[in-house]
Amino acid sequence: MGSQLRPALVLVVALHVLMGLVYPLAVTGIAQVVWPAKAGGSLVVVDGRPCGSRLIGQPFSAPGYFWGRPSATSPVPYDASASSGSNLGPTNPALLDLVRTRIATLRAADPSLTGPIPIDLVTASASGLDPDISVGAALVQVPRVARARGMREASVRTLVETREVAPTLGLLGEPRVNVLLLNLALDGTGTGGRSGVRRPGV
Amino acid sequence: MTALAALQLLAFLAVILALAKPLGVYMARVYESRPGGLDCVLGPVERFLYRISGVNAGDEMDWKRYATAMLVFNLAGWLALYALMRLQGTLPANPQHLPAVNPLLDFNTAISFVTNTNWQNYSGERTMSYLTQMLGLAVQNFLSAASGMAVLVALIRGFARRSATTVGNFWVDTVRGTLYILLPLSLVFALALVSQGVVQTFSAYKKVALLEPVTVTEPRLDAAGAPVKDAKGNPVTEKVTVIEQTLALGPAASQIAIKQLGTNGGGFFNVNSAHPFENPTPLSDFLELVAILLLPAALCLTLGEMVRDRRQGWAILAAMVAIFVVFAVFDIASEQAGNPLLTRLGVDQRPSATQGGGNMEGKEVRFGPVASALWATATTAASNGSVNAMHDSFTPLGGLVPMALMQIGEVVFGGVGSGLYGMLAFVIVAVFIAGLMVGRTPEYLGKKIGSFEMKMASLVILVPPVVVLLGTALAVATAAGRAATANPGAHGFSEILYAFSSAANNNGSAFAGLSGNTPFYNFTLGLAMFFGRFWTKVPILAIAGSLAAKKMTPAGAGTLATHTPLFVVLLVGTVLLVAALTFLPALALGPIVEHLQMLAMAR
Repeated sequence: MGSQLRPALVLVVALHVLMGLVYPLAVTGIAQVVWPAKAGGSLVVVDGRPCGSRLIGQPFSAPGYFWGRPSATSPVPYDASASSGSNLGPTNPALLDLVRTRIATLRAADPSLTGPIPIDLVTASASGLDPDISVGAALVQVPRVARARGMREASVRTLVETREVAPTLGLLGEPRVNVLLLNLALDGTGTGGRSGVRRPGV
Repeated sequence: MTALAALQLLAFLAVILALAKPLGVYMARVYESRPGGLDCVLGPVERFLYRISGVNAGDEMDWKRYATAMLVFNLAGWLALYALMRLQGTLPANPQHLPAVNPLLDFNTAISFVTNTNWQNYSGERTMSYLTQMLGLAVQNFLSAASGMAVLVALIRGFARRSATTVGNFWVDTVRGTLYILLPLSLVFALALVSQGVVQTFSAYKKVALLEPVTVTEPRLDAAGAPVKDAKGNPVTEKVTVIEQTLALGPAASQIAIKQLGTNGGGFFNVNSAHPFENPTPLSDFLELVAILLLPAALCLTLGEMVRDRRQGWAILAAMVAIFVVFAVFDIASEQAGNPLLTRLGVDQRPSATQGGGNMEGKEVRFGPVASALWATATTAASNGSVNAMHDSFTPLGGLVPMALMQIGEVVFGGVGSGLYGMLAFVIVAVFIAGLMVGRTPEYLGKKIGSFEMKMASLVILVPPVVVLLGTALAVATAAGRAATANPGAHGFSEILYAFSSAANNNGSAFAGLSGNTPFYNFTLGLAMFFGRFWTKVPILAIAGSLAAKKMTPAGAGTLATHTPLFVVLLVGTVLLVAALTFLPALALGPIVEHLQMLAMAR
């Protein structure tokens, strides 16, 4: 065993330097040169101010904004420094109560919403930070958003449809809409830099 | 299961099988110390490592020396990782000023990463500094994978060599596996991940403005951080308006690349590959999924190359794919069908052109039920353990699949190296059973299987289930074990059973509602991971040494061909039978009874 000590210790140290310092620093160096925005968190910048990441969702509850997935981060929803799912089991009464409450909130905000509600709008995401909702979940919110903003439903629906992301190669992933980018577009800030628009619910 | 889901599964398998062959051949060249194309770049590094560590690359070891080297190397790695976590508060690259990790959590986490398990009783973005992540956890991702592959290669040499006393050199196998296989693949893969949006930076967590400020009710805290209570003893709450979001960042891509390729699975962030910064797009998801099974699949073909009979490698790969496909189809169907209890409340769970549908609690919209269930199957078939959805919130049968795949012993692909050496233990048992049933001579690849090999193979197969069942029994029998469950009833039992299945089989995924960061679980799961890893690795090396010493027996009339469909069926049957006999009673108490309860409640 004594003869094994030197190789063990020297190789452990040398491989730490190689795999733990040289390798990640090389990846960082290349990443920061080739994809600086993506390596830094895909920030959305409006008027020179970072106002979120296109990959990380934000909480919305004003009737004039599209709402995202329920978030299980606690106590602040969409806490991007403490990602978390609910880990509620499928038969847990607490899950059923939460879903019931979320459905009631959606229907109270829009009495015309009487049909079935897309599942992703009433269930917590895995990360608590899901940036997307399904296209269906966006479409059922169109009447509420249009009414709150005094816009025509058709133009809000068009906005949703232009922002739809289809499955990659028609195969991978699901049809979806990025909620933060959609709401920025609604405010007119995400498309061409028009700022200072009214922010309902604030 | 929809047609589109079937197409996703087929595309995934096609990519894996297409890449497995060239990679398998390349790895055989690496381990036989033949040139493979990267020698002009990495050769000098390799020779420099041997020179400073005093390794003579031509020095062959018998199995006992090989095992000692492996254990000493892993012990040194454990000590380094333990020290790093204890000292991180005083070390650089810690922009969030995270304090030292507490000793018991550190004990558990260090074992977890050295054993290639990556069970995580902590939240990455709240506990580990950037330095700990890249110099500690990510390094063990490389080293535990390389040392698993080294043990496998020693076993393959046991089959390939005749009347030999040695099985290779552990230092050479570990260095070559790390430098020529894991490092180049990780480098390319890490950059592909960054191109999709995975973060790779050393800047501190970034504050950004919320578009709509959010008001939350929080308990008021006194100066010491304890909750303030009113006269009646109720906690005092206050309304707080939050106007900013803090984005946790870090050098994630470099770590995630090796976490997937090395079947480690430990997330940079708390929610692992469900986090948008770890797995931002359906394409990154697909690439990570491929990376999970790539090396374990290719190593089957490395076996075929090294024993100079490629059909043997394909036969074992076929057995793995067969089991995988059945479990994947079952899991995707379960998750796409959704939760019948929610349908009654007025939600729409049907997959359609405008939504993925299915059971979406604990899943991300960009992945939906299909990519989530496919991942759950792959990550537990391999001993990877990373997750892109919360397994705890799967339907009962959807959650049974990952649990059962771990209990099978992580031999359906399994960990890099460990999956195939575990499967070869089952091969030894399978040829022995065939010998008993139809009077064939128990032999494999020209080596007669004797009672010593059978005893060692039985140890490899039986140690993990014994640890799983004893650990689960201990936990449900003690208050400390039961108190950690998050869900009531049968599902709470499933959380405990899942935890020990994951730890003892070195998977690392969880029914994460279980509060594992307690003295009880840090200690017991730590031991489970240790026994599950090293009490299988050492017997495997003993088999390697014993086989290497044997002469090659020419195939005769009594030889059972081990490259035929018949043998594949025999092998699959042996694997499933052992798992079913061991775990059906426990599974009946957890997911199966919960499924029946759910059907009754939905009526």
